[in-house]
Amino acid sequence: MSDNPYLPYRARIEEIITETDDYNLKSFKLAFLNQEDEQQFHYTPGQFCEISIAGKGEIPIGIASSPTEKGFLLFTVNKTGVVTRYLHNMKEGDMVGVRGPLGNWFPWEAMEGKNVVVIGGGFAFTTLRSSIVFMLHPDNRSKFKDITVVYGARSPGLLLYKEELWEWEKRDDVNVHITVDATEDPEWQYNVGFVPTITEKKITTSENSYALVCGPPIMIKFTQPVLEKVGFSPEQIIMSLEMRMKCGIGICGRCNIGDKYVCKDGPVFSLAQLNELPNEY
Amino acid sequence: MSETVITREEIKEFIKSLQGSYEVFAPVREGGYHRFKQLTGDEAADLDFSNTRLSPKSLLFPQSERMFEFTLDETNEDSHILKETPKEYPPAVVFGIRPCDAKALRLVNVNFDNPEFTDPWWAKRLDSMTFIGLGCNDPCSTCFCTSVGCGPFHEEGLDILLFDLGERYLAKALTDKGEQLLGQGGFQEDADVDTRKRAGELKKEAEHKISSHVPTDKLKDKDLLNLFDAPFWDEVAFACINCGTCTFLCPTCWCFDIQDEVSKNQGDRIRNWDSCMFPLFTLHASGHNPRSEKVQRARQRFMHKLKYYVDKYGNGVACVGCGRCVNYCPVNIDIREVFKLMNEW
Ligand SMILES: Cc1cc2nc3c(=O)[nH]c(=O)nc-3n(C[C@H](O)[C@H](O)[C@H](O)COP(=O)(O)OP(=O)(O)OC[C@H]3O[C@@H](n4cnc5c(N)ncnc54)[C@H](O)[C@@H]3O)c2cc1C
Ligand code: SF4
Ligand code: SF4
Ligand code: FES
Repeated sequence: MSDNPYLPYRARIEEIITETDDYNLKSFKLAFLNQEDEQQFHYTPGQFCEISIAGKGEIPIGIASSPTEKGFLLFTVNKTGVVTRYLHNMKEGDMVGVRGPLGNWFPWEAMEGKNVVVIGGGFAFTTLRSSIVFMLHPDNRSKFKDITVVYGARSPGLLLYKEELWEWEKRDDVNVHITVDATEDPEWQYNVGFVPTITEKKITTSENSYALVCGPPIMIKFTQPVLEKVGFSPEQIIMSLEMRMKCGIGICGRCNIGDKYVCKDGPVFSLAQLNELPNEY
Repeated sequence: MSETVITREEIKEFIKSLQGSYEVFAPVREGGYHRFKQLTGDEAADLDFSNTRLSPKSLLFPQSERMFEFTLDETNEDSHILKETPKEYPPAVVFGIRPCDAKALRLVNVNFDNPEFTDPWWAKRLDSMTFIGLGCNDPCSTCFCTSVGCGPFHEEGLDILLFDLGERYLAKALTDKGEQLLGQGGFQEDADVDTRKRAGELKKEAEHKISSHVPTDKLKDKDLLNLFDAPFWDEVAFACINCGTCTFLCPTCWCFDIQDEVSKNQGDRIRNWDSCMFPLFTLHASGHNPRSEKVQRARQRFMHKLKYYVDKYGNGVACVGCGRCVNYCPVNIDIREVFKLMNEW
């Protein structure tokens, strides 16, 4: 980062992909304007950026691309308030700012040599996509044992990264369980059921494993006991949190949970760490 | 380090002379209150005060500060690009700051200038400033500085400390910066043994005059969750109207918001003081609010000062006992009571 940690890098929107059939989620492929910026931007799956739009503000968004994918950064954004709404109306070629990478990441060193279970729900699948792409890269695949993905959305049209999902589904170096809460599509060939239910069916052991869990609070609430039942300890369950943020660098004081700043000490925490913090998130 | 005797007349002249090469900030009286203000022309500091109503934190961390500027004019090739708002950091002297407020700047500094990130605006201003503190001969009834690692003649964060001996001051240089500044005054009279002794007595007398004491010894070892879940928070927060007065006046409160403001095609990214007492502080775009209840917000303020900060920095509590929040809270919520509740729980 530059001397001024609040100053964004300059980036251009290269491509916009509408992800869901309700048009609420779009992915933005960004490219750095300056080579030097791109070269000093080293990130690890689990981290996020502040996306800056002059005149509107900044928003923290997880990095959905993997560091193994060169030449662009991918962000998937849910349309909800002032900045996200504006971003959704921008077009390819428009300029934005990017500040980061910020925060910590999934415990990649500890996960080496382990089975990795990835559990995602709804649009909180962004840094999980980054993680899956990262692990499946030929340079990295051998570092992990079995990789299992459970990913669900309310309906087929609300799943993110569909083309990739179908591809992963076909591969034999990753077990992918895609699910939807309900569908009337007779062609639907994957699971139907809530993420916790599918997790219960598919994840039968916690041995030598880590679980990365991201999703809406309700999903997390019901997935946790399922994982605990097959023996996942709080140290083996890893989650990524959201808090309202501004600075993203642990200075503005906004995003604390107890004595931790989610922007700097997080967003990734193990359940064991969260158990020691106030339940105020 | 030198200890010099300066007469009242000399110090006035000295401050005046400094205005040639420094921006000089000092307490002046405005309406019924004192506040720090840059001295211009013939304006003089008014040292007949207990403390300023607003803390001097705004000299380093203004209530509202431009960070970046940009144009949205598409015909401009730099359209939408943020540029640092040009700023100058001329050498400045803060004259008459109370020891509690000087210590507060050190407590806040660990946040703005930490091993990973440095807030450039804060750091550059701090660096440009020399602090001439004025010890408190007559602390007020709500001061409890001596309980929280501070005191009426505490030296931390100061470059020079003044002891008001009546007709004369004893000026004690505490840093090279302070020594150098005092040198510019060309003061002749080194403090003799008696004067130094008198200053020492003054300090002891002032410390004895502090009538408010709070316990802090057990805070560090308390279990965080246990304190968080303590039953007294409802009672503490009961009368709070979430006005934010306490956080705005407090010299150790530093939370801020960042907003973009646009007029015509020109815009600024601005940071403004914010307060954990306001419900919008933590409101997510989804509508979810982790601190939607006022009891949660009041608890956050006290837990931050007396527990989270303590645990995070190992640096004591984030309160210097200035008593501002005690004096100005419209419903008389008293942090001294909360110290007791938390320490004894
Ligand atoms: C670490 C992290 C990663 C995230 N990753 C993604 C992602 O990949 N995709 C995605 O769609 N959303 C993500 N979010 C949520 C996203 O930041 C908010 O939806 C977004 O800030 C809403 O901004 P707004 O201006 O549209 O909403 P408004 O309600 O208008 O919000 C105003 C401002 O408040 C702040 N704010 C509001 N809600 C949130 C929130 N939930 N989290 C943080 N700051 C907030 C922002 O500064 C925002 O500009 C993430 C949040 C965090 C903390
Ligand atoms: S909490 Fe109250 S007494 Fe303590 S430093 Fe802040 S304003 Fe002063
Ligand atoms: S000054 Fe008093 S009423 Fe106002 S927010 Fe602070 S504690 Fe609450
Ligand atoms: S967003 Fe500023 S401290 Fe975390």
